[in-house]
Amino acid sequence: MEKQIAGKNITVNEEGYLTNLNEWDKDVATEIAQEEGITLEEAHWPVLEYLQNQHKNEVALTIRKVGKSGVIDIKGFYALFPGGPLKKASRIAGIPKPVSCI
Amino acid sequence: MNPTEVLKQDLPTAKTKEGKVKKMMLILSKATIDNVYACMILANGARMEGIESEIFFTFFGLEAIQKKKLEHLSIATVGNPAMHIPTMLGGLPGMESFATSMMKKEMEKLDIPPVGEFLEILSASGARLWACKLAMDMFHIKEEDLIDELDGVLTVGDFYERAAGENTHLLFI
Repeated sequence: MEKQIAGKNITVNEEGYLTNLNEWDKDVATEIAQEEGITLEEAHWPVLEYLQNQHKNEVALTIRKVGKSGVIDIKGFYALFPGGPLKKASRIAGIPKPVSCI
Repeated sequence: MNPTEVLKQDLPTAKTKEGKVKKMMLILSKATIDNVYACMILANGARMEGIESEIFFTFFGLEAIQKKKLEHLSIATVGNPAMHIPTMLGGLPGMESFATSMMKKEMEKLDIPPVGEFLEILSASGARLWACKLAMDMFHIKEEDLIDELDGVLTVGDFYERAAGENTHLLFI
């Protein structure tokens, strides 16, 4: 379905995850983050970029991988995206909801 | 149908915040690696969903937080029908370590960390890790034998006190 995000028509699924990463930009990310109760700051962007790159390389995301990425540690990841970091960060990054249990 | 779609069909309350699980209080009483992982995956999975989680390590569960023992846990090859081998074969020397190493290889493929690293991840994720005082006394275990990530030693009463609040669930493994 289509949703108005940051003044643009963006295609999202029922849970509000973008279905086309090409429609993503920083304004879209900022608005989705606000819906999740997060104000994006400088520290968030490298993490979002890392998640997008992993998605482009078709790597299944896990908390462990994020922790080993060198971009951020696990404690920092939970602090930046409180209350479900992998799901929230994925939604803000415009990539599909992760299906991992770890 | 993917698991998320099934969830949505079966759970009319999933969209409302009212019935949501807020806290998982897990009690680990066993040391076989399958039980230890079940407990850690549930605790970690809770944190990933924004649910608070705490683990109370008691009886043989204490093996999983003893620095010298935690990387040497194994799967039970005797008396375990899921092994699908005759009990007598399961008792042969080396069977336990063979089955355990097979299982660890499969887990590594799925990016499931070794026990020690998993405990570090849990701690960094905000899960609280507690040791049972009575079981420690019983097995003569000292606090210095236990992992650095441990949040403390509790009595059962302390643990129940920590479980206070609505939508807390206790789970015995």
